[in-house]
Amino acid sequence: MTATQPVSVIEPDGTTQGHDPGLSDEGLLHAYRTMLTVRAFDDTCMKLQRAGRIGFSIPNKGIEATQVGAASALRRTDWLFPSYRDFGMALYHGVEPVEMMHNMYGNARDTSKGRQMPVHFSFLDPIHFYSISSPIGTHLPHAVGAAYAMKVRGEDKVALVSFGDGGTSSLGFHSGMNFAGVWKVPVVFLCQNNGWAISCPSEAQTASDGYAVKAMAYGMPGVTVDGNDLLAVRQVVSEAVERARAGEGPTLIEARTFRMGGHSTSDDPTRYVPAELLAEWEERDPVARFERYLEARGLWKPEDRDRLYAEAAAKVNAAAKEAEGVGPPALESIFTDVYADVPAHLRRQGQATFDLARRKGDAAAGDGEFPL
Amino acid sequence: MPTLTLVQAVNDALKTAMRNDDSVVVFGEDVGPKGGVFLATEGLTSEFGEQRCFDTPLSEDGIVGTAVGMAMNGLRPVAEIQFQDFIFPAFDQIVSEAAKLRYRSGGQYTAPMVVRTPYGGGIRGGLYHSQSGEAYFCHTPGLKVVIPSTPADAKGLLIASIEDPDPVLFLEPKALYRAVKAEVPEGHYTTPLSTLRTVRKGTDVTVFCYGAMVPVCEKAAEQAAASGTECAIVDLRTLLPLDEEGVLEAAKQTGRVVVVHEAPRFCGFGAEISALIAENAIEYMEAPIARVTGFDTPFPNTLEHHYMPDHRRVLDAIEHVAAY
Repeated sequence: MTATQPVSVIEPDGTTQGHDPGLSDEGLLHAYRTMLTVRAFDDTCMKLQRAGRIGFSIPNKGIEATQVGAASALRRTDWLFPSYRDFGMALYHGVEPVEMMHNMYGNARDTSKGRQMPVHFSFLDPIHFYSISSPIGTHLPHAVGAAYAMKVRGEDKVALVSFGDGGTSSLGFHSGMNFAGVWKVPVVFLCQNNGWAISCPSEAQTASDGYAVKAMAYGMPGVTVDGNDLLAVRQVVSEAVERARAGEGPTLIEARTFRMGGHSTSDDPTRYVPAELLAEWEERDPVARFERYLEARGLWKPEDRDRLYAEAAAKVNAAAKEAEGVGPPALESIFTDVYADVPAHLRRQGQATFDLARRKGDAAAGDGEFPL
Repeated sequence: MPTLTLVQAVNDALKTAMRNDDSVVVFGEDVGPKGGVFLATEGLTSEFGEQRCFDTPLSEDGIVGTAVGMAMNGLRPVAEIQFQDFIFPAFDQIVSEAAKLRYRSGGQYTAPMVVRTPYGGGIRGGLYHSQSGEAYFCHTPGLKVVIPSTPADAKGLLIASIEDPDPVLFLEPKALYRAVKAEVPEGHYTTPLSTLRTVRKGTDVTVFCYGAMVPVCEKAAEQAAASGTECAIVDLRTLLPLDEEGVLEAAKQTGRVVVVHEAPRFCGFGAEISALIAENAIEYMEAPIARVTGFDTPFPNTLEHHYMPDHRRVLDAIEHVAAY
C-alpha cells in the first residue's frame, strides 16, 4: 500500500478532472486567503527582522499548499502537532495573526510568555496547535501518546503530526512511527519533504526512494502527494484522517514540496540551493497554482491578487504594530510555570533577582544575534 | 497493617492509584502479563485490562515520548524504564520535553506523569544494571526527582508522584526491593513530596542520605553510637525540589555533616548538599563536610562491594568529622 508516484489533482492550467474539493466556494477562498496571509506574515517578519524589530523568523514560501491543504482536512476538535514551519495550519483554523505576532515579539501577551524563540507558537484555541519544540522529531511520540488517549476514551478525534524530511532521520520518527503502528492509534504522519534540512539536501537524509516507502516497515500505508497542490494534499490527508477515525490506524504521507526561502531569516540559501533548481520550483509555486484553479472555477481574477494580498498584509502589519506596543513579560515570569506551584528555591531566586534589580537597576539586554 | 517488601509496596501503590483514578495507565517493557522483571507491576493487566497496563516496543524514547503525549491529553501515565541505566535514549524526552512543556507553553500544555525506574547497585549487575544517575536529572528545572527508602514511603511517595501535576522521575532502590519488609498502611494515602524524613535523631553528626544508602547509614550510626557518637540520619526522599530549609536545619543542629550516595562523587548530589550548607550555614560548621560516595569510575561488577559505600566507609567518615 505504498505509492511513490505523487498524487495530484490540479493540472498546470488549473483544471481538474471533475474533482470534488469538498469545500464551498467560500471555503476555497478561505484556503486561498490563508495562503496569502502566510506569505504576508513571512514578508512582514522578514522586514521586521531586517529592521531589528524581531530577532528571528522562519519563512514558509513554497510550503503553503501543504500546510493549508492538510489543515483543511481536520476538524477543530482534532489536534495538530506542528513543526516550526507550519503556522499556516493555525491561521487556517482561526488563530489570529496578532496572537502569532505576540510570540514573534516575545511580549507579555505571548502564550509562551516570552520564553521561547519566535515562531515557537503554542495555542489551545480554536484548535490544539501543540507547543513547538526546537529539537527535531521529539513531537512525533507526543502525537502518538495523545492519540492513544483519544483511542482509549473512544473519542472521534485524530492527531496530525507534521515534520520535515530531516525529521525522518530522528529517533522520534522511528519510535513514533513504530509505536503508532503497534498501537494502531488515530495519527496522521505528515512528512513535508521540502528538499532541505537547513543546508542539507534530501539525499543527505536517506538512501530510500522517497519517504513514503518508510511506512511499509512500520505496518502502515504510505502515500506520496504533490505538496504544491492544495487539493491533492487535502484529499490524501482526508483519506488518512478517515482511516484514523474508522479505527484503522496511522498513515504516513510524504508531501513533495520545496522550501523557496531560507531555513530562517539568519540563513542565506543562495550559498547552497542551485539557482536553476529554485527557478524550476518557482514555476510550480503553490499559490499561483491554486489561483489558476480558482480562476478556472470563476472564483478569482488576476486583479484580485494584489487586493487580497494587501488585505492580508494590512491585517498582519496591524498585528505587528499592536504586538510591538505590548511590553515585555514581567520579570516574575522567569520563575513561574516551571512547576504548577513555585517551589521555595525558586521563590528565593526570584526574590534575590527582584531585590538586585531594585538595588542595582535592571539587567541590560544583550546584542547577540541568532546564527542559525 | 500488612507487612510488605518495597517492591510489593510499589505494586500496592500502582493498584491503589489505578483503582482510584481511571486515567492512570502503566506501561513499559515486560510490565504486562509478566508483571515486570522485578514484579512491580504484577497483576495489573489482569485486574485493569490491557488498555491500562501493557507492554511496549523496546524503546525508552518511545515509552517516555508517548507518555508525554498521553499526559498532555488527560491520562496519568506511569511509564517504567526497566533499568535506570537504559533511560538515556529517553533523556531528551525527559529533559527537553516533559520538564519544559509547562514553561514553554505558558501552562497551556502540561505533562503530569511518572517515570519509574530501578536504580543502584548491589545485584551483581555490572556497568549497565547498577548505576545511580540522579544527578543528571536533578539538573533539570521542571522535573521532580523522588527516591524512597522504605516500603511505606515507596507507596506514599509513588501515589503522591502520580497525583502530582508535574513530571516526576521516581527512582526505586532495587537493592532494597526485597531486602526490607515493613508495615505499609492499606488503601490510599500520600507522603508529601519535598519533605525530609528523620530516620534517627542524634546530636553529634548529621548524615544525609537517600535510597539504598539509608540502611547502610543506619548500620554505621549504630556502630558509632556504640562508641559514643550519636548520629542524626536524614533521608532526603525528594532530591528535586529539595527541602533546603530542612537540610540546613538538620545540618545546624550538629555542625558536623556527612553526605552519602552511591553515585560518583564529582558533581554528585552530595556536592549540592555541601554547597547549600557552605553558602548558608558555614558559621555553624565544626568540621569540614565529608562525602562518602561511589568512585568516579564506571560501576564495576565483581568488586561492586568495594565501589558502593558500605557501613565501614560511612563509619570512617562519621568518626573523622566527629573527631575534627
